[in-house]
Amino acid sequence: MGYLGGFLVSLRQIGRKQRVTTQYPKEKAPKPIRVHGRHVLNRYEDGMEKCIGCELCAGVCPAKCIFVRGADNPIEDPVSPGERFGYIYEINYLRCIHCDLCVEACPTEAITESKMFEFSFTNRADAIYTKTELVVDDDGMPQKMPWEDWRAGEDLPTSAWMRATSPSGSAAFEGVVGWSGELGYGIRAPEAAQELKDSVATPSEMIDEHGHGHEDHAPGTPEHVSPEHDEHHDDEHGGDR
Amino acid sequence: MLGGDPLLSGPIDLAVVLIVILKVVCVFAFLLVATMLMIWFERKVVSDFQNRVGPNTAGPFGILQTLADGIKFFFKEDLIPDRAERRVFILAPLLTVVPAFLLFTIVPFGGDFSNGHDGSVEIFGRTTYLQLADPSIGILFALAMSSIAVYGVMLAGWSSGSKYPLIGSVRASAQMVSYEAALGLSVCAVVLTTGTLSTHGIVMAQAGSGWGGFIPHWNLIATGFVPFVVFLLASQAELNRPPFDLVEAEQELVGSYHTEYSSIRFALFFVAEFMNSVTMAAIIVTLFLGGPAGPALLGPGWLWGIIWFLLKMTGFLFLFVWVRSTVPRVRYDQLMDLGWKVLIPLSLGWILLLATFWVARDQQWNGFITVAIGVVVGLTGYGLLKAAIATSKARRLEGVVD
Repeated sequence: MGYLGGFLVSLRQIGRKQRVTTQYPKEKAPKPIRVHGRHVLNRYEDGMEKCIGCELCAGVCPAKCIFVRGADNPIEDPVSPGERFGYIYEINYLRCIHCDLCVEACPTEAITESKMFEFSFTNRADAIYTKTELVVDDDGMPQKMPWEDWRAGEDLPTSAWMRATSPSGSAAFEGVVGWSGELGYGIRAPEAAQELKDSVATPSEMIDEHGHGHEDHAPGTPEHVSPEHDEHHDDEHGGDR
Repeated sequence: MLGGDPLLSGPIDLAVVLIVILKVVCVFAFLLVATMLMIWFERKVVSDFQNRVGPNTAGPFGILQTLADGIKFFFKEDLIPDRAERRVFILAPLLTVVPAFLLFTIVPFGGDFSNGHDGSVEIFGRTTYLQLADPSIGILFALAMSSIAVYGVMLAGWSSGSKYPLIGSVRASAQMVSYEAALGLSVCAVVLTTGTLSTHGIVMAQAGSGWGGFIPHWNLIATGFVPFVVFLLASQAELNRPPFDLVEAEQELVGSYHTEYSSIRFALFFVAEFMNSVTMAAIIVTLFLGGPAGPALLGPGWLWGIIWFLLKMTGFLFLFVWVRSTVPRVRYDQLMDLGWKVLIPLSLGWILLLATFWVARDQQWNGFITVAIGVVVGLTGYGLLKAAIATSKARRLEGVVD
């Protein structure tokens, strides 16, 4: 065909059903599991807030978009387990770059990120999220503001990936990154080759969303981690409550 | 001015004026709607070629997208740059869009050409052609209008007071002027063959049952295919459509002559560009494919004129889009080479050959010898041209000529 062969190449594309277009506002492309979206402030299962007002997130924030002030917990009606709680917590989403450093800095994993990043504002006041908007509701789910575009699944894995090694001081996890087991709502599936230790790190009372609940004291637990884990489990929850 | 139209041969009364006004309104509306649909059609078909979806939100299949865009353009802020030459800046889009409208007035868009009819139809008891005007200069008017459109582009670039538009308009005028020559020469071939400048006459010459009863008597065949190819190529360059859209060349020139235009002034350029595509398709159909001429299969003959015309025109519009989605943009020197070293010599030689052929037939010369001499002369001319180009290139390489 010579010069005209190219015309057939383009003509053959007509009518082929090979569109990869996502009709964006109507449907969204699937998001990666660790996508950084809007933050949430998590609570324990008993309703206590995890934030202890330490201001590490504000200190680490490269965009200087987080403002935290801690205060002593009221003795008769504590907001968080422990001495202090986040009295004021603000994130300015006009500045936030969603780098997730706050999540990494947080010692109690109070702040995590959801997968939802499609939100916009018509005024600056709306862009500043306070505790009113950030704290999860009683089910551990993020609150959904009217200007945010939440779809199914975007609020689910709000728990953080614990990047520190040996989380919670368990010797079994020396040199291994692992999941922390008891974050806000839902637990992410572990990555490949981590399932064994992760499953042990998951407290028994947490039912994970993939349906295979774990029993810490079950006979099938690998013996080289179970004793340490039991201690860690007891320690942590004993201290918290 | 309105020429050979039988409507105007008799006394001109109110009915005649009303019919003319009706035709003006119809052509105007048709052109606007056709342009709107052409923009949608082009976007949709190109997206199909490129495995995309294209406009699909406004109306069924996104057909109202152009309308939505147009309404939006009206409400956009209209900017005139400080350094612009204000009057020329305002005038330029009009210089582009008005010829685009005027071009279509000479196109026969319908009429009963079946069974030896002369293409006239009856409207309110008056006999008339289905074309707005049939001036005796005919196709020259089209060439004139497309040349005036160059002024719009050129002045727009010059008056913007900005460098990219200026470069773009210099390119535009060079390109459009050089391709106008090839365009005019291939029109000459048609005029030679049909013996008339009037568009209605050109269509009439192509009507009828044709050779052997089924091969249509189209100029496409009568002029020997070469003028058609030259016209098709040159028209793409004249329209500044891809692959000859060096004038716009977004990557280098940021949209070129309409860079500084916004709001409805930009929309005028945009509309004129696509309107010219529609009109150019209509003119190609008129010149080479017999316009609205064609057999009436069932029903009234005047309806079939319009149907044939629209069918042929849509075919060419699809071809335009096909070319656009296939061929990458040519380089500027390639563009000039194609225009000056290929298309113009080719169409010039072809006209001479065609003219010789017609003269030989009139004078009853020996056809074989005539054609043989013509071919020999043509080949000699080709060789001389080649030699001239090669010599000039060699001298340029030696540095004798800058």
